[in-house]
Amino acid sequence: MLQLSPAPHITSPKNIKKIMYGVVGALIPVLMGSIYFFGWRALFLCSLSVLSAIFTEWIFQRVTNRDIRCLDGSAIITGILVAFNIPVNSPWWLPVVGSFFAVFIVKQLFGGLGYNIFNPALAGRAFLVASWPSLMTGNWTPPINGTLSGIPVLDGMTQATPLSLLIMKPNLNVIQSLNSPTMIKTLFIGNTGGCIGETSALLLLIGALFLFIMGYADWRISLSYIGSIFVITGIFYFLGVTPVNPVFHIFSGGVMLGGLFMATDMVTSPVTLKGRWIFGICGGILCVILRLWAGYPEGVSYSILIMNMFVPLLDRLQVRIFGR
Amino acid sequence: MKQTFLDGIIKNNMVLVLAIGLCPALAVTTSAYNGIGMGMAVIFVLVFSNLLISLLRNIIPKNLRIPIFIVIISTFVTIVDYTMQAYVPPLSRQLGVFVPLIVVNCGILGRAEGYSYKHPPHYSVMDGLGIGLGFTIILFLMGTIREILGQGVWLSIPGVFPGFQVFGEAFTNSSVILMILPPGGFLAIALLMGLFNHIRMHK
Repeated sequence: MLQLSPAPHITSPKNIKKIMYGVVGALIPVLMGSIYFFGWRALFLCSLSVLSAIFTEWIFQRVTNRDIRCLDGSAIITGILVAFNIPVNSPWWLPVVGSFFAVFIVKQLFGGLGYNIFNPALAGRAFLVASWPSLMTGNWTPPINGTLSGIPVLDGMTQATPLSLLIMKPNLNVIQSLNSPTMIKTLFIGNTGGCIGETSALLLLIGALFLFIMGYADWRISLSYIGSIFVITGIFYFLGVTPVNPVFHIFSGGVMLGGLFMATDMVTSPVTLKGRWIFGICGGILCVILRLWAGYPEGVSYSILIMNMFVPLLDRLQVRIFGR
Repeated sequence: MKQTFLDGIIKNNMVLVLAIGLCPALAVTTSAYNGIGMGMAVIFVLVFSNLLISLLRNIIPKNLRIPIFIVIISTFVTIVDYTMQAYVPPLSRQLGVFVPLIVVNCGILGRAEGYSYKHPPHYSVMDGLGIGLGFTIILFLMGTIREILGQGVWLSIPGVFPGFQVFGEAFTNSSVILMILPPGGFLAIALLMGLFNHIRMHK
């Protein structure tokens, strides 16, 4: 049996579907945690977001006569990540619009999977923050601790997240409580206010560990991103620039979600090893700058989006041209 | 004559095809009314500067043509600017610095350099009308897209008319603010350009 076919002849066991559904699997524990912390509405928003992402992709590929690949998993990831980036008390249309923007404008118009410059989910978040700032940054609810409330919006219960407390020029007592081991433990477990999928560092780390072992994400990007945030805020903590310790900084807000699941997106991170280290470290520096001196309490999304722009440049660092 | 006019609107559309004069197109199109106002000002300046430059084209020395174009254009821009300040002060305040900036609008200078300096007056006027109208249509479209999505109303005129509520009150109260911010301008112009190119290629 001789088969004649053009090169390449060695195929990798990894393919798009496997990788994408692997990432979806890694996100499942985080989703379950968020249902536990925030109630069924978290699942409701997440499903709406995923449906919107898949539907947008299907419509676009149908209208433009491309192969229909809306179920290859990438749209599902985008949908889940967009939902993970919004507060649980958001109106139902917020994740729908966010996923539509992410898939249609940021992903498909740039050429579809593999051609997008920016991480679709993060760009979707940036779009939502710019368009509905009050819904995206002032609408936090405290976790409900496994009482599993229903789908309707819980009203009358807004509470600042640990990070948004920090930007409101807190007094000493608040700072002490933010620095306390109890607070760190709460942040690590995820039992605190925040976006749907960003609160639990523990579950995010479990998911990411799976991705690193399977080789679906690169630990170098995550390590350099989170590590550089830890080191820089550590230096600033001892210099007195930021009142809270570096452990608080890496466990609060979206550092874990961004550093583990968004910065490591295969399409929008560099291919070279050197480029990956630089990508992570510069992203971390940007994140700290945005956190400490910019108007919003959080800087993770913008830091990764800005570094996404530099990926084509970083990819040129290590290119060896044959014959030289 | 007629062909020159139509070419100005479609084949040589200032924003979508030539991609010049983008700066006012991005900056003032936060509402459809602003877009029309800016477009009218550009039509006036373009027609008269094209006419005058075309009449003087045999007198204007080649080496000094750019400063002379600028002087001619700025004359008409000053007329437009003062007229708008006198008769439509709210619009003039909305457009702000972008009316005086028509002087250095590369669209107008580009037509002076590329068309009216080489063609007889009646063609130049038709070219000015066509290009100006094409510009106005695009500004109106961009303003429409951005105003409807960004503010939830259409054709609002400050102080005169609050505008039509296109998608109802609920949408107006939580409209896509991004669309009237600068990124919205880039999004609208990119989508229009893409759509226009698609239509042109598959005609």
